[in-house]
Amino acid sequence: MDWVTALLEATVRAATPLALAALGELLIERGGQINIGLEGSVLAGALGAAIVAEPLGAHAGLLGGAAAGALIGALFAVFTIALRTDQIITGTALTLLVLGTTGALARTLFSERGIALTLPMLPVNPIPGLQSIPVLGPALFAQPYIAYFAVLLAIGIHWWLTRTHAGLALRAVGESRENARVAGIQVDRVQWAAVLVGSLLAGISGAVLVLAQSGTFVEGMSAGRGFIAIAIVALGRWRPLPVLLAALLFGATTAAQYTAQTFGWTMPYQVFLAAPYLATLIVLFLSARRLSPASLSQRGPSLA
Amino acid sequence: MSTSITARGRALRLVYVYVAAAAAVIALAAVLLSFSGFSVANAADAAWRGAFGSADAVLSSTLVRSIPFMLLGTAVALAFRVGVFNIGGDGQFLIGAALATSVALAPWSMPGWVHLILALGAGAAGGALWGLIPALLRRRWGVFEVLSTLMMNFVAVHVISYLVRGPLQEPTRIYPQSSTFAEGVRLPSVLDGTRLHVGIYLAIVICVLGWIWLFSRESGLRARLTGANPIAAESAGRIDTARTSFRVFIVSAALCGLAGSVEVLGVTFALYENLSPGYGFVGVAVALLAALHPLGVLASAVVLAAIDAGAGAMQRDAGIPSVTAWAVQALLVLAVLAGRALVNRARAQDVPRTPVTA
Amino acid sequence: MAVPLRTDGAVAGAEAPLELRGISKQFGHVVALDRADFVLRAGTVHALLGENGAGKTSLMRIAYGMVQPDSGSLRIDGRERRLRSPREALRHRIAMVHQHFSLLPRLTAVENFALGGAGRFDRGQETERLMRYAEQLGLFIDPDTRPADMSAAEQQQLEIAKALGRECRVLILDEPAAVLSPAHADALLQQIRALADAGASVALITHKIQDARAVADDVTVLRKGRTVVTGIMSSMDDQTLFAAMLGESSSEGARSDRRIAAVQTAPILAAIRALTSEDPRTHERLRDVSLEIHRGEIVGIAGLEGSGHRLLLRVLAGRHGVLSDAISLPQDIGFIPEDREREAVVADFDLRHNVALKDAADRRGWIPWRQWTERTRALMTEYDVRATSPRASMRTLSGGNQQKLVLARELSANPSLIVAENPTRGLDLRAAGAIRERLRTARSNGAGVVFYSTDLDELASEADRIYVAYAGRVRLCALSREAIGRAMVGAQ
Repeated sequence: MDWVTALLEATVRAATPLALAALGELLIERGGQINIGLEGSVLAGALGAAIVAEPLGAHAGLLGGAAAGALIGALFAVFTIALRTDQIITGTALTLLVLGTTGALARTLFSERGIALTLPMLPVNPIPGLQSIPVLGPALFAQPYIAYFAVLLAIGIHWWLTRTHAGLALRAVGESRENARVAGIQVDRVQWAAVLVGSLLAGISGAVLVLAQSGTFVEGMSAGRGFIAIAIVALGRWRPLPVLLAALLFGATTAAQYTAQTFGWTMPYQVFLAAPYLATLIVLFLSARRLSPASLSQRGPSLA
Repeated sequence: MSTSITARGRALRLVYVYVAAAAAVIALAAVLLSFSGFSVANAADAAWRGAFGSADAVLSSTLVRSIPFMLLGTAVALAFRVGVFNIGGDGQFLIGAALATSVALAPWSMPGWVHLILALGAGAAGGALWGLIPALLRRRWGVFEVLSTLMMNFVAVHVISYLVRGPLQEPTRIYPQSSTFAEGVRLPSVLDGTRLHVGIYLAIVICVLGWIWLFSRESGLRARLTGANPIAAESAGRIDTARTSFRVFIVSAALCGLAGSVEVLGVTFALYENLSPGYGFVGVAVALLAALHPLGVLASAVVLAAIDAGAGAMQRDAGIPSVTAWAVQALLVLAVLAGRALVNRARAQDVPRTPVTA
Repeated sequence: MAVPLRTDGAVAGAEAPLELRGISKQFGHVVALDRADFVLRAGTVHALLGENGAGKTSLMRIAYGMVQPDSGSLRIDGRERRLRSPREALRHRIAMVHQHFSLLPRLTAVENFALGGAGRFDRGQETERLMRYAEQLGLFIDPDTRPADMSAAEQQQLEIAKALGRECRVLILDEPAAVLSPAHADALLQQIRALADAGASVALITHKIQDARAVADDVTVLRKGRTVVTGIMSSMDDQTLFAAMLGESSSEGARSDRRIAAVQTAPILAAIRALTSEDPRTHERLRDVSLEIHRGEIVGIAGLEGSGHRLLLRVLAGRHGVLSDAISLPQDIGFIPEDREREAVVADFDLRHNVALKDAADRRGWIPWRQWTERTRALMTEYDVRATSPRASMRTLSGGNQQKLVLARELSANPSLIVAENPTRGLDLRAAGAIRERLRTARSNGAGVVFYSTDLDELASEADRIYVAYAGRVRLCALSREAIGRAMVGAQ
């Protein structure tokens, strides 16, 4: 396998969990919320996947991850929608909570055995025909099914946002809670659903880290991917297909780092790693408030 | 006709919220510990000894940890007061630490204390510089600072990663960290034999100055008015709210940078990659528990630092993972958030709502 | 003076699609509705007349489920119902077109049209439906434009099409003609008539008797939250309706000629010359406005929502931010905005802070809190602000006491110009009287007072001169309620 194939393969592999989490955050932000606690959902998803996958296998593990992610999302919704607490503080606290809880749980559950935890992994599902395309085939079409799912999901969300009444309702709520209510939409219910489904996807993202990448659970293994997802959503300007591309860009920079190390290239790879964040800042600067859902940056009640 | 709720009445309600929150968290922690098969008594004993049990525990563990918490908590409290959601504390902390490191390692011949002050100043300047970008983006182009400061955090992590493998790496080029600072450019300890350094004085002074500024200076009043009701601040107060929040943003970022420089100059004496284990977020927790009050930050920083120190001891003595500290800190924040939300809801019901235009 | 609605004639026996009885609603200390009644008969247009603040919009918001009444009953087709949200109203096929449109500016026309449905959103089919309703209304809507790029008239047509698209039987229109040119307004009235003829029931909120007469079968007049007249339109003459809207004539507050003459020779304090300006946020406009404020006079301002009076008051208060040769103002201005909680006070802070709020930008250094406490206490005594102490939270005060504190803060420095926007709104008689008295005192001390009020009686009795804003233009008007009322709706 030459380095182009290796790079592409690693890009898609790194981008898959990012894309899933980012698509989740996209749903939440299009509904006018911002969930800093997404990082918590990703990490909870990783642990949930590990716990379920050990006895029941990798596919069940995905479901375990989804459930754990959604559970954290439900907490976020209880606080921010039902109790109307500040989203930023709530999300921050939830992330801390999950960091602490998963760390403690993982040690009590896994580490007493003395050997490293080895979990069943998702198999690679090559697509017949396509995988034999030179260079691209082995990179793009020999991935676990969850990678193809992420692509289909982006297309699906795009379709859902523009072609279903529920999608319209979500966008309306994201623009103006009050006007959406006047138009007969159950605003709280819509936001609840967006947070639950978005966090569920973040949970799957965490599960993918465990079941398709590392094969084990490590404390804090989400490593900021929930926050990266928020960056990706901004870079993709709150649209599903550009978000998918933005996830690939972020994945590519991670992949480039590994590839560079594997192939013994010397360069300050940090430039690569920092580049997508700078690109996101530039996109934010260029688009400013024009493109983000209008009610995203409207603050809740005062905190003091 | 006006049933005034006095300041004392409101303070009392808050006390109830905190007591209830603390009790709930302690109860929850005890249940979880016993559920996981740990002895609650052992754990409580270890936590107490680790945090407050001896002079050394208080001075070398709890108080040393509280120093960055105080600075970051004040930074967050000031920013949130003016309505700026600076969650870039981590990045500003790291860049401050990096600039302080480069000044501390500079081969300048000057008295140690001058060098130290320069290094601290460099830290504050580094933080301010890192905050300048999101602050400008917010002021000129309306970029939402939650997103931009989050980006800046990641960029800072990679900048540090580059520095400790490049220009600031120690001479043997083996470890991803800087050289250790000379004795003269370390913050002296407050008491011989403890790790508590003079940074504690600086942190306390900053909290007190923050309090004085916020409540006794005209510019502090402008900041609070801007945060509480920007429209009235502009209309009735004629305050330039964009400028006010910009300035406070920069000050907040400078304090985060200062925290980074105090940490390298007082505790680690070198720049490492993982210098900040999520301090920016702990800063948010400290500020929230303090109800965004700088003097409250003093107390909440010590409480959260004690949880950290106690958790460390629980791991050593009772085998309970120390990361539990984060969970306990987070639960405390969530409990207080929920308690306040419920109190405010009850209060909102006995107070007239804004009339709707007929 | 109330006339029972006659439900005789052609529709006798049929249940009313919408019936509101004894509806009361209070917002904080403001009574918006006081046992109001409104019965909409099937297949008719029912005009709901009243002045600004009479409670028309509040009553219809209750019918649309946006606001919950404190008491009273709502019947749909004769069955008692509770509408907890617009969603429930829509389920009963009641729709409302708001004065401030509730379209989502970044959804396209057809998306806005379809919003609130369920299942798959078939763009082609919805476009076709939108076109069909548009055609029925005799207009063209580009399905792919966004409301942000549409004119007010187009947005309104889209709102109406949206309501029809939901197959509503009851359509509530809130001041639909306010944003339209006369030609468009006429077309709209014809559409409304056609809708009723096709079987819909339409409630039309308006303050224009002519519009009501042009289309309505029935009419209800609200004043101060009460139903004062209701009946068949053709049985009412304009004079009856006008009197019902404005209430009993009170004394005209005759001022001596000597006073007016003295005012006209007093020095000019503030002046606007040929100012044309637009508020980018509200799109409120002023066109070629000129006026002068002298020392020692109260200048009344009247105008309906959207007429430009809000912008005019902010320009005069120096709060608009445009620097222009067309505006000359004194340095010291006291400003009492209408939306107190939004613009004038920080409700979470105590009284001292709210007193110190004024011109906070101009001070430096240490805050002399002891002085502010003393000052606040003095103002509380002088202006009869009832609160436990200067440290009480502003939120705990009643509306009247909050208003008195704002007035105290703004007037205590004896500013040469005072701009007061509906300062007595929602206050009890005694508090309102005290505030009017303060403004009169300021006038006799040589200040110029600009006074906007939705209460035309109050305006006519307090003001020395009155300007009326209509469609961005401002004209002097005679000091009678009838003249003001006519000028406010653009009648010559």
